[in-house]
Amino acid sequence: MASSPPTPPPSPEEPPARSEHARYWRANKIIVGVLLAIWFLVGAVLAIFLVRPLNGVRLGGFPLGFWIAHQGAIYVFIGLILIYCLLMEREDSKFHVEERRRRGSGT
Amino acid sequence: MTIPQWTYLIVGLTFGLYLTIAFFSQARDTKGFYIAGHHVPAFFNGMATGADWMSAASFISMAGLISFMGYDGAVYLIGWTGGYVLLALLLAPYLRKYGKFTVPDFVGDRYYSSAARLVAVVCAIFVSFTYIAGQMRGVGVVFSRFLGVQVNVGVIVGIVIVFAYAALGGMRAITWTQVAQYLVLIAAYLIPAAAISMKLTGVPIPQLGFGSKLVEGPHAGTYLLEAIDALHRDLGLPEYTAAYTPGKKSMLDVFAIAAALMVGTAGLPHVLIRFYTVPTVRSARFSAFWALVFIGLLYTTAPAVATFARVNLIQTLNGRAYAAAPEWFKNWEATGLIRFQDKDGDGAIAIRATNDPANELTVDQDIMVLANPEIARLPAWVVALVAAGGLAAALSTAAGLLLVISSSISHDLVKRVLLPDMTERQELNLARVAAGVAVVVAGYFGIHPPGFVSQVVAFAFGLAASSFFPVLVLGIFSKRTTKEGAIAGMLSGLTFTAAYIIYFKYVAPAAGPEAWWFGISPEGIGIVGMAINFAVTIGVSHLTPPPPAPIQETVEAIRYPRGSEI
Repeated sequence: MASSPPTPPPSPEEPPARSEHARYWRANKIIVGVLLAIWFLVGAVLAIFLVRPLNGVRLGGFPLGFWIAHQGAIYVFIGLILIYCLLMEREDSKFHVEERRRRGSGT
Repeated sequence: MTIPQWTYLIVGLTFGLYLTIAFFSQARDTKGFYIAGHHVPAFFNGMATGADWMSAASFISMAGLISFMGYDGAVYLIGWTGGYVLLALLLAPYLRKYGKFTVPDFVGDRYYSSAARLVAVVCAIFVSFTYIAGQMRGVGVVFSRFLGVQVNVGVIVGIVIVFAYAALGGMRAITWTQVAQYLVLIAAYLIPAAAISMKLTGVPIPQLGFGSKLVEGPHAGTYLLEAIDALHRDLGLPEYTAAYTPGKKSMLDVFAIAAALMVGTAGLPHVLIRFYTVPTVRSARFSAFWALVFIGLLYTTAPAVATFARVNLIQTLNGRAYAAAPEWFKNWEATGLIRFQDKDGDGAIAIRATNDPANELTVDQDIMVLANPEIARLPAWVVALVAAGGLAAALSTAAGLLLVISSSISHDLVKRVLLPDMTERQELNLARVAAGVAVVVAGYFGIHPPGFVSQVVAFAFGLAASSFFPVLVLGIFSKRTTKEGAIAGMLSGLTFTAAYIIYFKYVAPAAGPEAWWFGISPEGIGIVGMAINFAVTIGVSHLTPPPPAPIQETVEAIRYPRGSEI
């Protein structure tokens, strides 16, 4: 996101919540972008495009590429969603957009 | 007790359990009927999503398919799990914040257009019907294989059970029965898998077992995967773990199929609506996490089951005299799932590649899971549990699909377009009737399967990928996306994908991979349809006037969690 033009200073008539929302949304897009890049790296590049060279490496009884395609990618996907949940929870409270607690809203 | 007695007992008990749960969680209003009143906690929604998502095909057929495909089976493993990352990061939290009832609801409101709503309704109904016919058939097939009753009788039992809880109880009842069904199906999958892993490798965890050394048979002491590769070489088959060798899929096709299944997963209405049922945006995110944990438990076990079944099949049958074949072989031969043809007349079984004229053994993929407990010599109650697990997988998916069809008709079509003045009570009754009619139609297709049932999975995923996914993502991430853009995008993605699949599956089924565009099979073409949809939607949106201000405000509002606590 470094190449995007600098955001203009918030105009006086715009309520402060608005610019905070914009910063939250920007942070959200960066988190999603980075996590999807890892998702593509593991799910497509390692498990599909590079599977043949990776199969030359062994992980115990598994050829590495085969293991990533049949096992490892799934573990990474689960981890990515968990990281997303935790990071967004932090962003929610940092930018004061988190939900107020109410009955039955447990995880 | 015999196997059929155990099966009647366990299947009867689980059906009783589902009906009891449904009885105590009936929906009393449309909000309860469509989205369980936003009362489902994330952990349980994850479990319900797992059962909703894992169909008869995941439970019964997938391990067998992988067993034949080797590395190529990755398209299902990656495709059907990776989609949850897209769901979690791009759709689930925002759809929950938006907070209405159905997917066409979102499309129609966001794109301020009844035309867009109707296109979405047609897609949702078509995708769900293609899918549900397979589930009802799956119920019938499990009944016939384990209990010896006719497939049709099994389908009718399935209709009655699903009708009883889906049509009367709505999403509330469906959710809690799905939780119970998840527990039944995962136990039925893991117990035989662990036992076979233990028997072959001495490691009870299948995920580790298939990377371990064999402890029995002529290859004892070598790694299981090395043994399979060696067995395959001896039989003239491509190595199990190898990729892109002759006889396997091309790299581009593996990528296209995996990508189409991922994006299709993220566009399937019966999965998307599960994220409406939780109380908060936060719990929608965690739902996606729990869902993939629960799905991953089965999906990481399946490739292990596939290798165990493969090595078992070759080691115990190849070269063996037919007269000396093990007992499970004789049992399953009666069902027609496994067939021996003594072509060279030597009385011994020869396994070769399927298209090799010397091959004497025809194996249906389903047998790999269904016969597992007998191959591992597990007690009769485990065999019965596998039957109950297959039924749980089929029924839970059928119920979720039924709700999509019912709500598309009663809510999106009638309430939102035709009769907006309908009362709450009338809408609820109409939803029940629509669910009832839909289950009967699905049952009809289950009894009289159209010839194309096995091929429609490509259709369902291709259409979900090329119609819903792009307009949902752009509807959230780009305020500038207009109704003209969305409608043009959905129609062009859909038309392209449907035309490609229809041409290569029905018009010219003999045209092989040489005729496919860039070598992409009909199963993978949805990803190209998705790209076309994205391009058209973005292009047309920039040529048409921006959406009205209130719509842009709505898009702004769904991006922030606060305020979901209506």
